[in-house]
Amino acid sequence: MAYSEKVLEHFQHPKNVGTLDKSKSTVGTGLVGAPECGDVMRLQIEVDPSTQTIIDAKFKTFGCGSAIASSSLATEWLKGKTIEQALTIDNMDIVEELALPPVKIHCSVLAEDAIKGAIADYQSKNGIAVTEMVTAN
Amino acid sequence: MMIKEPMRVYLDNNSTTPCDPRVVDTMVPYFYQKPGNSASRNHPFGWEAEEGVDYAREQIAALLKVDSKEIIFTSGATESDNLAIKGVFEMYKSKGNHIITVTTEHKAVLDTCDKLTEVGAEITYLKVAEDGLIDLAELEAAIKSTTILVSVMWANNETGVIQPMKEIGDICEKFGVLFMSDATQAVGKMPTYPKEIGVHLMAFTSHKMYGPKGVGALYVSRKSPRVKVTAQMDGGGHERGMRSGTLNVPGIVGFGKAAEIARLEMNADAERLKKLRDRLEHELTSRLEECYINGNVDHRMPHVTNISFKHVEGEGLMMTFNQNIAVSSGSACTSASLEPSYVLVALGLGDDLAHSSIRFSLGRFTTDEEVDFVVDKLVAGVNHMRDLSPIWEMYKEGVDLSNVQWSEH
Repeated sequence: MAYSEKVLEHFQHPKNVGTLDKSKSTVGTGLVGAPECGDVMRLQIEVDPSTQTIIDAKFKTFGCGSAIASSSLATEWLKGKTIEQALTIDNMDIVEELALPPVKIHCSVLAEDAIKGAIADYQSKNGIAVTEMVTAN
Repeated sequence: MMIKEPMRVYLDNNSTTPCDPRVVDTMVPYFYQKPGNSASRNHPFGWEAEEGVDYAREQIAALLKVDSKEIIFTSGATESDNLAIKGVFEMYKSKGNHIITVTTEHKAVLDTCDKLTEVGAEITYLKVAEDGLIDLAELEAAIKSTTILVSVMWANNETGVIQPMKEIGDICEKFGVLFMSDATQAVGKMPTYPKEIGVHLMAFTSHKMYGPKGVGALYVSRKSPRVKVTAQMDGGGHERGMRSGTLNVPGIVGFGKAAEIARLEMNADAERLKKLRDRLEHELTSRLEECYINGNVDHRMPHVTNISFKHVEGEGLMMTFNQNIAVSSGSACTSASLEPSYVLVALGLGDDLAHSSIRFSLGRFTTDEEVDFVVDKLVAGVNHMRDLSPIWEMYKEGVDLSNVQWSEH
C-alpha cells in the first residue's frame, strides 16, 4: 500500500514533536490509544487563558505512518485556534487532508480524540465545565 | 557526474526469493523451442516437455532423498497444503475425523483445517511454548483412536523456529497416524528428508528456494505407508490422478534446477547466512536498548531473525527505511483487523511487542555490505521512532506502563 504524499511529508518531517510541561495549569494533555492496539497518541496544548486561544501544541505518537501524520497535522491545525474552534475539528477533515485509506480512518479518530482529550484536561484543570468528554470507542 | 542508484536491500526472503539466474536460464527454452504440453504423447514437442518435467522430478526427489514418483506438482504450497489435508481427510474418513495441528501454522493449513470442520472434522490446535516449540507430551496426549493426521510445519515463516520433527515423526509412527508437514520455509534451505523423519506428506514451493513463482509440490509417500489423497480438482487425471491440470512445464523445469542448486549449495549458504544473521542480531541488540529476539534461538533457520524493538510500532519503523530496505513486520496495522501477528501472540508476546516486531530473512544474494547498511538504517530508524514515541518517553521516566489506564479503541 502506498502512502499519500501528504502522509509521507508529515512522517518525514513531523511538525511539533515534543513535550509541554504538564504541571502548568495552561497545558492540557490528551493521551489516547493503547500499546496493545499498536497506537498511542499524546497531544498537548498550551492555552492563553485570557483569549482561550491555543498558543502551542506538541505531540508524540507510537504508531504507523498515518497515525504520526494525523497527529502532526492536528498540532498544526490547533495552533492559533480558540478552544471553541478546535472542538470543531472532525476526524473526517484529517482523512480528507491526508487522503487516508479506509483502513487508516482509525488514526484520524484517534487524533480527534486526542484533541478533545487535551481540551478536556485543560478545562478540568482550570475549573471550566468540560465541553466534550472523550469516550473510548 | 555519475548518479548513484539508491541502495535497495531485500531482506524479505521468507516472503519470496529472487530467482537464481541459473534457474531462469534453464527455463527459457521451455517458453520458445520446447513449448509442448507434457501430456501430449504423440509428438516430439510433448516428449521434450515430458522429459523436462521428469528430469525436474528427479532433481527434486534427490534433494529430499525420495522416489521421483512421490512428487506431485501443484501451483504452490497453499495448494499442496490444501491437497494434503483435505485429500487425507476425504480418503481416510472411514478411519476417523480427527486432525491435530498447531496454532502457529500458516493460514494455508489453519484455514484448511477450519474449513473441514464444516464437513465433520474435529481439529485439535496444539499450543506452543514461549520459544515457539510444541510440547511433545501434549501432542501424544492429543492423539486418539479417531486421529488420522498430524500436521506440523517444519520451520515457521515468521520466526524460523524448527519443530522437533524426528520426535514428532516417532510419535506418529508409534500411534500409526499420518504425519504431514508444511515445509515451505525449510525445503532447499536445510536438510529435509521425509523418510528419515517419518513425514508422509510434505508441502513445499519453488519460489521460496530461488525458483519461479506459481509452482509447488506435495511429497506423498508411496511405500510404508502407501498414502493416497483424494484429488481436489477434477480433470485429466494428471499427477497419478491426484492433481489434474496441464503442468507448468517451464516453472517445473526451473523448480527442478532450483532444487539441484539447493542440494549442492544449501549447506554453504546456510553457514554463510548464519554468520551474517548473527552479526545483524549482535549489532542491533548491542547498539539498541530493549530489543527482544522472538523464538527459540537454538532451533531455528540460519537466515531468519525476528526482533521486537520495544515501544516502536513496526509499520511506522518500516516507513523510515522502506524506500531502501524490504523486511516485514508482525504489526498488522495495514490489515482491517488491526490484530498483530497471531504467530507472535501464540508465543506469548504481548500485543505491544508483537506490534513492535520486524522479521529479517536473509537469502543467497544477501551481502555483508547490505547487512551493515541495514544495521545503520535500523538503528537510526528505531532511535527516530523512539524520539517520537510517548510510551518510550514514559518508560524512560520510569512510568509502569502496565498501570496506565489506556483508552483501548
